[in-house]
Amino acid sequence: PGDTSVLAGLYGPAEAKVSKELPDRAALEVLLRPKVGLPGVMERSREQLLRQTCEAVVLGVLHPRTAITLVLQVLSDAGSLLSCCLNAACMALLDAGLPLTALFCGVTCALQPDGTILLDPTARQEQEARAILTFAIASSERKVLMANTKGSCSVEEMQQCLAAAQRAADTVFQFYRDSVRRRYSK
Amino acid sequence: RTVEPLEYYRRFLKENCRPDGRELGEFRTTTVNIGKCLYGIIVTGEVLLISGSITTADGSALVKLGNTTVICGVKAELAAPAADSANKGYIVPNVELPSLCAERFRSGPPGEEAQAASQFIADVIENSQMIVKEDLCIASGKLAWVLYCDIICLDYDGNLLDASVFALLAALKNVQLPLVTINEETGLSEVNLKQKNPLIIRKHPVATSFAVFDDTLLIVDPTAEEEDLATGTVTIVTDEEGRLCSVHKPGGSPLTGAKLQDCISRAITRHKEVKKLIDKVIKSITPK
Repeated sequence: PGDTSVLAGLYGPAEAKVSKELPDRAALEVLLRPKVGLPGVMERSREQLLRQTCEAVVLGVLHPRTAITLVLQVLSDAGSLLSCCLNAACMALLDAGLPLTALFCGVTCALQPDGTILLDPTARQEQEARAILTFAIASSERKVLMANTKGSCSVEEMQQCLAAAQRAADTVFQFYRDSVRRRYSK
Repeated sequence: RTVEPLEYYRRFLKENCRPDGRELGEFRTTTVNIGKCLYGIIVTGEVLLISGSITTADGSALVKLGNTTVICGVKAELAAPAADSANKGYIVPNVELPSLCAERFRSGPPGEEAQAASQFIADVIENSQMIVKEDLCIASGKLAWVLYCDIICLDYDGNLLDASVFALLAALKNVQLPLVTINEETGLSEVNLKQKNPLIIRKHPVATSFAVFDDTLLIVDPTAEEEDLATGTVTIVTDEEGRLCSVHKPGGSPLTGAKLQDCISRAITRHKEVKKLIDKVIKSITPK
């Protein structure tokens, strides 16, 4: 959203290395490359978040002993990076035609010092915010697939952000549908 | 148990209990070890406290959560603050999962789990404002403290994040920083080892981890076996005001908002217990 852009490339299901293959399901790997510099600890923790989110929706049991690799390259970062990565990952999974149990979308909420909730904050709004919460919302029953918070907030505020994120998820899913329709209607 | 672990577990979960005899909402026995001297053992219901640890570190603590053993050593060094934040010191947490703690960790560069855990701890410190970096500054622009917090897991039986946060908190409470003054004329720093002040810790965050089974059942404090079988994990970090410092749910089965709320309430209760425990230990090792 906005100026943040992430390029996602998905490879798989492909032959997995013997050391990495799992006997009953597909082995998912996520690689996140920042715009500048080498991937560091922050990228690793983001990769872990993305990987486990994708593992929850991808039906790995249909492709045992294979590897699915997702490579994300950050092209520009103007806020809400994690949810941009989540959306890119989901669209890549859709585009590759992998079997999924549900779609997911990433929504970032920023809690401003005066208590108002802002969705999809820009980098400057993120800095000013008291807390930033990122949620991955699943398309089935709008359940929470992934949650990550930065900064502290009260329990009620978190619930409010969650409700706002769930409402916003509808808009994003509509966008997915439109994009896919456009791609396949040519 | 070895052939069909999931079925084995499901049978227990149907009866609302776990193979090791615990209830779904019961934590394992917690043991905390702080400081440099050896003290006696304090038993408080399910919590055991023993003192005694690393002598080369400025502050240290050992935490045992059931079989999961995590040790944290804090070393304080001096450095020049960064150019853009001249009045802030540094805290550098580093989580290590050496190959001796569990067979799935190989020796070599830190694996993804260790790095993700290090990032998590750094986020908790930052989010909870446990240590305000400005407090670590000695002379703005010239000298500041750097706290290297090394968290090493000695035995991995699940629930690494809870134990690490606990160990970090206990170790930081134990840190005594010597007074450092800058000699105006020479511009050099003088360290006064005789006079030591404890570290100013503003908040006390406590982490509570849950494992999700089959999208609905939540169990608290998972062992390594339970973690492998679980379909998802959630870690909630709260501070003493009941504010959320971190909600960490790395993927895994989807949860409804109500379930998440349930986790949060349990985390707040747990926080109170753990706080009582830490206070007790601290009181017992400061006779001065």
